[in-house]
Amino acid sequence: MIIDDTGLRATVLEEGLREAGYDDIHVVPPRGAFVARLERMAPDVVLMDLGDPSRDTLEEMLVVSRALARPIAMFVDRSDEAMIGAAIDAGVSAYVVDGLRKERVKPIIDLAIRRFNAFARMQTALDEATTALADRKTIDKAKTILMTSRTLSEPDAYALLRSTAMNQNRRIVDVAEALITASGLLGGGA
Amino acid sequence: MTPLSIAFLPLTDSAVLVAAREKGFAADRDIDLMLVRTTSWATVRDRLVFGQVQAAHMLAPLAIAVTLGLSQHPAALAAPFKLNVNGNTLVMANRFAAALDPDVARRSADALGTAHDFAAAIGLYHHKPVIGVVHRFSSHALMLRYWLGYAGIDADRDVALRVLPPSLMVEALRTGEIDGFTAGEPYGSVAVAGGLAETVALGPRIWQRGVEKVLALRRDWMEANADTVDRLLQALAAAAAWCDDPANRNELAVLLARDDYVGQPAAHILPALSGRLVLRADRSAVDVPDALLFHREAAGFPWRSQALWIYSQLVRWGMIGASPEHERQAAEVFRSDVYRRALGETGEPMPGASLKLEGAVTQPMAVGGHRGALTLGPDRFFDGAVFDPADVAGYLSRYRAGGSDA
Repeated sequence: MIIDDTGLRATVLEEGLREAGYDDIHVVPPRGAFVARLERMAPDVVLMDLGDPSRDTLEEMLVVSRALARPIAMFVDRSDEAMIGAAIDAGVSAYVVDGLRKERVKPIIDLAIRRFNAFARMQTALDEATTALADRKTIDKAKTILMTSRTLSEPDAYALLRSTAMNQNRRIVDVAEALITASGLLGGGA
Repeated sequence: MTPLSIAFLPLTDSAVLVAAREKGFAADRDIDLMLVRTTSWATVRDRLVFGQVQAAHMLAPLAIAVTLGLSQHPAALAAPFKLNVNGNTLVMANRFAAALDPDVARRSADALGTAHDFAAAIGLYHHKPVIGVVHRFSSHALMLRYWLGYAGIDADRDVALRVLPPSLMVEALRTGEIDGFTAGEPYGSVAVAGGLAETVALGPRIWQRGVEKVLALRRDWMEANADTVDRLLQALAAAAAWCDDPANRNELAVLLARDDYVGQPAAHILPALSGRLVLRADRSAVDVPDALLFHREAAGFPWRSQALWIYSQLVRWGMIGASPEHERQAAEVFRSDVYRRALGETGEPMPGASLKLEGAVTQPMAVGGHRGALTLGPDRFFDGAVFDPADVAGYLSRYRAGGSDA
């Protein structure tokens, strides 16, 4: 069972598990009666984000639940420090039914770690792309202000922004933002 | 500078850690302090146990539970410093509190009478009240059980306890998922200010000097890094003195209000700092001078008797079996020896003993200290019980099996 809010990450993880031959997989968002659903499904392994705030709720229910007779521990083999370290760094937390054989659990957790890491890299790339797009829009807006207020051509407006940034040891986008703010204050109407 | 990461939860009692970083007390002692904001106690625990951080802002009972192997991966933890004393409130939705004494000030001051009223209110309510607690092994949960137990209420049978991280309590109350909660400030004040709840009980009126958060370290790391630990404790003691100084309250409230710390308005953080709590939105604030202590009365000193009181409660509620081995392990989590070593030369008031009777001080009392005068504030439990750390079994014999008062 995967407990996850992020649709995309859950999909990435679920696909990986299915490719590896696991087919009884359920993705449950950590809301409402998710622990009751967990009790009904009686999963062998629960995977979720280490930082997920619903872990306190889940752990409490695992302690008091009568439906889940077998105790659940975070890692099946406490001696495997390397695997635990990798899981923590990737943000994976796993609740594993006690007694499940280690050879069966390790590949699942290894796979979860790899998929979580891959997802984190995708997220970073996406964030960078979003930032780059926002930066370009800011710079375009600043260029327009310079082109109207100082009747510059587009290349000259850009060159002015760039040389100002270099002289002040700032990023072009920061200079552009300052210009847009100042222009707004002065009623530039841009 | 020595880099050091500490995981914390967004609560007013993270103040000493925040001040140590933001007011330069850590940097003065050559520590580059990084604070890692975390939402749930399970995550704080795992970050500490698995070494993502060197230290944590932690519920005192959780540090003991992890050491005793009661909360997932067992690890020997050590608490050489208490980050605060007190700071919790119990608030209930107005629809539940309507059955209690309408005078909120009198209700909160009289924990004894209100415990009985609360028992009656459970019967009048249309369903079993759902009370949010921040963790099974939290001081809040133990105090709530202690308080309800006095009135014959079994917290596992007569109410439904629901575990939620403190920062999610107010929203859960708004959506009706819970009928009330007990959590550290500012969340009680936030719920009261929003008109969602009113204060039913105050931590300091249940136990006047309740153990709350500790600085938790892994014991092996603490032993291998004695010099860093000493400098950290010196920085925290200086920060705690700064936090307790009334002149700094407003600045501290504004600092804590930042999104990277508590992320709640300073107006809701200030009441616990200044000891002026609003108990119901339409009433004026009342004085609760001991709402939260950081430095007064050697608040940071980890009395081993306090660790043993927590152990006694874990036994009382059937969370662990009584044994001399468990008792010793629990007492050893509170490292008064490390506190003495780190702060012995700094002029901090230093208690002469490491164990004391808990709940025996009724008036401010000057006690023997190795250095200067140390005055301990009143530390009574609301039921008048006195905990003798030398006789845990005798203390527990007053309670019936199952935990309620005999």
